[in-house]
Amino acid sequence: MSGKLRIDREHGQRLLREMLRIRRFETKCAELYQAQKIRGFLHLYDGEEAVAVGIMQALEPQDAVVSTYRDHGHALARGIAMGPVMAEMFGKVEGCSRGRGGSMHLFDRSARFLGGNAIVGGGLPLAVGTAMADKQLNPGAVTACFFGEGAASEGAFHESLNLASLWKLPVLFVCENNLYAMGVPLDLEEADTEVFHKAQGYKIPGEQVDGMNPVAVEVAARKAVEAIRAGEGPRFLECRTYRFRAHSMFDAQQYRTKEEVAQWRERDPLERMRAWLSEGHMLEPDELSAIEAEIEAEIAAAVAFAEAGTWEPVEELEKFTLMDEVPS
Amino acid sequence: MSDDTPTRLTYREACKQAIRDALNRDPRCLVMGEDVGLYGGCYAVTKGLLEEFGPERIRDMPLAEGVIAGSAIGAAIAGLRPIAEIMTCNFSLLALDQIINNAATIPHMSGGQFAVPLVVRLATGGGRQLAAQHSHSFEGWYAHIPGIRILAPGTVEDARYMLAAALDDPNPVLIFEHVVLYNDEGDLDPEVVSVDIDSARVRRPGKDVTIVTYGGSLPKALAAADELVGLGIEAEVIDLRVLRPVDTATIYASVARTRRCVIVDEGWRSGSLSAEIAARIAEDLFFELDAPIRRVCSREVPVPYAAHMEEAALPRTADIVAAASGLARPQ
Repeated sequence: MSGKLRIDREHGQRLLREMLRIRRFETKCAELYQAQKIRGFLHLYDGEEAVAVGIMQALEPQDAVVSTYRDHGHALARGIAMGPVMAEMFGKVEGCSRGRGGSMHLFDRSARFLGGNAIVGGGLPLAVGTAMADKQLNPGAVTACFFGEGAASEGAFHESLNLASLWKLPVLFVCENNLYAMGVPLDLEEADTEVFHKAQGYKIPGEQVDGMNPVAVEVAARKAVEAIRAGEGPRFLECRTYRFRAHSMFDAQQYRTKEEVAQWRERDPLERMRAWLSEGHMLEPDELSAIEAEIEAEIAAAVAFAEAGTWEPVEELEKFTLMDEVPS
Repeated sequence: MSDDTPTRLTYREACKQAIRDALNRDPRCLVMGEDVGLYGGCYAVTKGLLEEFGPERIRDMPLAEGVIAGSAIGAAIAGLRPIAEIMTCNFSLLALDQIINNAATIPHMSGGQFAVPLVVRLATGGGRQLAAQHSHSFEGWYAHIPGIRILAPGTVEDARYMLAAALDDPNPVLIFEHVVLYNDEGDLDPEVVSVDIDSARVRRPGKDVTIVTYGGSLPKALAAADELVGLGIEAEVIDLRVLRPVDTATIYASVARTRRCVIVDEGWRSGSLSAEIAARIAEDLFFELDAPIRRVCSREVPVPYAAHMEEAALPRTADIVAAASGLARPQ
């Protein structure tokens, strides 16, 4: 499972822990959605955790991240504290976007996390722009840009890949190919279902990666980021993955079979990672229990933080519509 | 800087000098867009700047308005001060998603964590027989959107100095340059080295009727005011300059005196900026009015090619004279 990367005990456990944090956090989110603490749209990342966790291993604090409306996993893996993420979903002013964005629009300036973007493909041009600025002002920094395979149908995707390649910009394009654009299956959506082929059309080196395996993703991400930092221009990873749950909380899933979901669940990245670590004697049962307990405590604290949060005063409704200054 | 500025120059030269100043003043500033470099700009505004500043700062881009706007937004967020050029506002419809869903929303949606200090320049308006996909005026649409500032320089002075103020502003600013103004000449007052981007201006004082307009319709409104003198009517002409946020105080002060108002807007009448201004006057100043508010707008058709048809489609000086004289009786 390790590719060229040597995974030691600490590293392997970190990957598992990060994925488990996201999984358990979102399980709690779904509960809180039923309890109507969280409203609006809620898009769970359940099944896709290996992608966020694998990619983030290759990033440094100086790097930027552009995300999608399915952004909880990206935000947590990037290191945004769980409390402000949960508070955001509650709509509290202590949220990472002051309760202005909700589940789909998590932002964090200190993490250079430029938001979940809920326009499919809408984040790609933005990522090209941050990379363009970084090339001049912040050399060595990379922008990791996440999007689903549905975005590959949008003009913004093609415009962005072309420009990033033309100007050799430091962008890591991460396609999370979960096989359905909402409910439209890949083969009804793309003339060429190998999405990374499109990158090659723009002379961007790209490859397909097992997105159910955090180590495979990390190996690919490290290699890609190294090339990008060396000034070789953008790279493209198509991470083949699967979302176990519905697209959002309003989805009868008539476009896929229960059997298909069950087959993919057998490839659950968390279970595979746990089994691999156990078999390699890198994870003892009591260590797993300790990790789980830590995560449960973190989630409980995040929920308590969100519950204790306050509502932004309505008087501030128009604040930040026009900014008074550029934040530094 | 006023020492080497000619006192008389064209609107186009004023736009160029503004860009040159911006590039000299701030190393983070760059020009990006279609044909801004080798070609010199679709309307020749950036001609010569590539030789002066080089390809890193005068960046020719692919014909892809979405990524022109989107990458400029990202670059602005990450610390550059881009001046993006989109050839005409008709093409900017391909960039609407980025401008509205990203530039206008991210500061608010992020709870104030990110600003988008971006300037987008766009040509607007008809009058050059460029037909229905190059002649429309969409600034009124953009003026509907919270989170962006909309400027419409109607004078050489504003063409010369609005850009610096826009770049100093921490928000996305769209500057609509009217295509018929590029060749117009005007004098620069050597005492003026900057302008604000908040207020409307009275371009001609008068007491009988207020004509509110902006951009390419400003010369028509001023010509109409000249003709109205012959009818014994003194029209006050207000140049909005800033279409969002609109300076209603200046409009109200004038209309409260003249008690009559004509709004001239090259946008189509339905759902236009003129409709918004008329509604505000009606809401806030109803009891000061001595006559109904009148509007002179573009006819509700795609702007046609043939000269006589195009002229008939756009606001005409004669239409403004007719509207104003219909409201204001000679004293």
